[in-house]
Amino acid sequence: MDISPIVFYGSIFVLAIFVGYYVVWSVTPALHTPLMSVTNAISAVIIVGAIIAIGTESSGSLSMVSKIVSFFALIFASINIFGGFLVTQRMLAMYKKKGKKDD
Amino acid sequence: MTNDLTTILYLLSGVLFILAIRGLSSPDTARTGNYLGISGMAIAFIVTIVNLDQNNLINWLLIISGISIGGLTGTYLSKRVAMTDMPQMVAALNSMGGMSAVLVAWAAFLSPGSFGLLINGFINTSSIIQMLLGILVGAITFSGSVIAFLKLQGLMTGSPIILPFRHIINILIFITILGLSASMVLDTTGSHTFLFLLVTILSLLLGLLLIIPIGGADMPVVISMLNSYSGFAAAIIGFTLGNMALVITGALVGSSGAILSYIMCAAMNRSFFSVIMGGFGDEATSTQSNENRPVKIGSSDDAAFILKNASSVIIIPGYGMAVARAQNALKEMSDKLKAMGIKVSYAIHPVAGRMPGHMNVLLAEADVPYEEIFELSEINSSFPQADVAFVIGANDVTNPAAKNDTQSPIYGMPILEVENAKTVLFVKRSLGIGYAGIDNELFYRDNTMMLLADAKKMVENISISL
Repeated sequence: MDISPIVFYGSIFVLAIFVGYYVVWSVTPALHTPLMSVTNAISAVIIVGAIIAIGTESSGSLSMVSKIVSFFALIFASINIFGGFLVTQRMLAMYKKKGKKDD
Repeated sequence: MTNDLTTILYLLSGVLFILAIRGLSSPDTARTGNYLGISGMAIAFIVTIVNLDQNNLINWLLIISGISIGGLTGTYLSKRVAMTDMPQMVAALNSMGGMSAVLVAWAAFLSPGSFGLLINGFINTSSIIQMLLGILVGAITFSGSVIAFLKLQGLMTGSPIILPFRHIINILIFITILGLSASMVLDTTGSHTFLFLLVTILSLLLGLLLIIPIGGADMPVVISMLNSYSGFAAAIIGFTLGNMALVITGALVGSSGAILSYIMCAAMNRSFFSVIMGGFGDEATSTQSNENRPVKIGSSDDAAFILKNASSVIIIPGYGMAVARAQNALKEMSDKLKAMGIKVSYAIHPVAGRMPGHMNVLLAEADVPYEEIFELSEINSSFPQADVAFVIGANDVTNPAAKNDTQSPIYGMPILEVENAKTVLFVKRSLGIGYAGIDNELFYRDNTMMLLADAKKMVENISISL
């Protein structure tokens, strides 16, 4: 059975939205800021696209432009990844101290 | 690596991202969750690298230098940012994600062959549609986030900037984008680089115009919304590239941001649409106010005296506390109160601050114990038993007009019912009206004392007097 890629990925997309919906409602409001910074970081998985584009075989003038464009995409996505995860970690470390006091 | 294995590993990183968000259901599991998220990202990254042509030296140079530049910048930013500035930080990072999506769409557009998007030498129709959508959403995310950043950072006025005919302008731009896109989609045989550029520029402009009329206090909604967009942009690009990790992650982030926007809107009793239309708090809506009604103004000594004689105090922090960076001073004051055997708790309104959960982070930074912090629904019933409600840097979220005055622009908004406390202490810089442009009835009540000063100084002085 052949299904078109758009239906295949579309199904995954729809299911992931439902997963996201239920998982996000379980997040405690006290952690909404870290939620934003961590989702920010993971949305930078777009870095995958940037790397694929850099890996393009260099033929034709436009593919060189494409390489340069994707190089910048890579930089932006890495800023987003490193900044997002590390700042989340910094915030969560502060909450952690309280976790200990709770016990 | 085979395509199947690649896809399975991308799926694995998607699952790790889900677990990362799931971890945030409690502070105890959140840190583990963050590590799972980092692992998910590492897996996605390594899988992609392994699938590249290993012998191309230039590619390696580009990748290593790109990651080093981005990684160092990101690391530097994350270490340096103050917790009070988290909303700006998130806006800035968000703009990076949006820009990255735009650039990846461009890279795919310029070199479709390497993504396998060509049919008979031209980009296939569904890929073109996806790229255009990716550009639209990514560009709006980018320019919108930049504007949000500038507003939050104070580099641009936080009050709404209202252009004449702005709705008509926005609609015209959107229709033009649709028209240009349609002409690209219908004529699949051209290269259309110029049209693609035009769509990009118009989308950037649209993002800018959409955010400039939105005022500072609506930022929690805007930031959540832009967060959601950056997810959807990634998901759309995921369709183009046929990449499982992007599709799953994009959907997750998209729904997360959407839910947060919904929660923020509900907390203001405003529709998402009315927030996005902007302009709130621009017109001076107050009519009956400022008739020089008597106000009790107190000093830090007076406040200290009242606090000392209380047995239960509820502190209501707001954006003003963040601006004055008063959280540590506040913690010190409450430590002194607790040492005297006074019960101290904190009440946080969902839209306090400039992003969801902003106050919680600031209080966590100041080492305020987690169990002393309560949400609106948990604490509202405790105000009648409280001796003192200590409002610091908040205003509209305590305004009883939201319950009593059907004419008020904030009517219907759930508020912290501080008026039920025996005494209300209001730390404020001046008697000015709140963000919503409405007077707060509470200021004029007999049991209210205004403490007019910089929040940090006032709290420090109260600590000294205690």
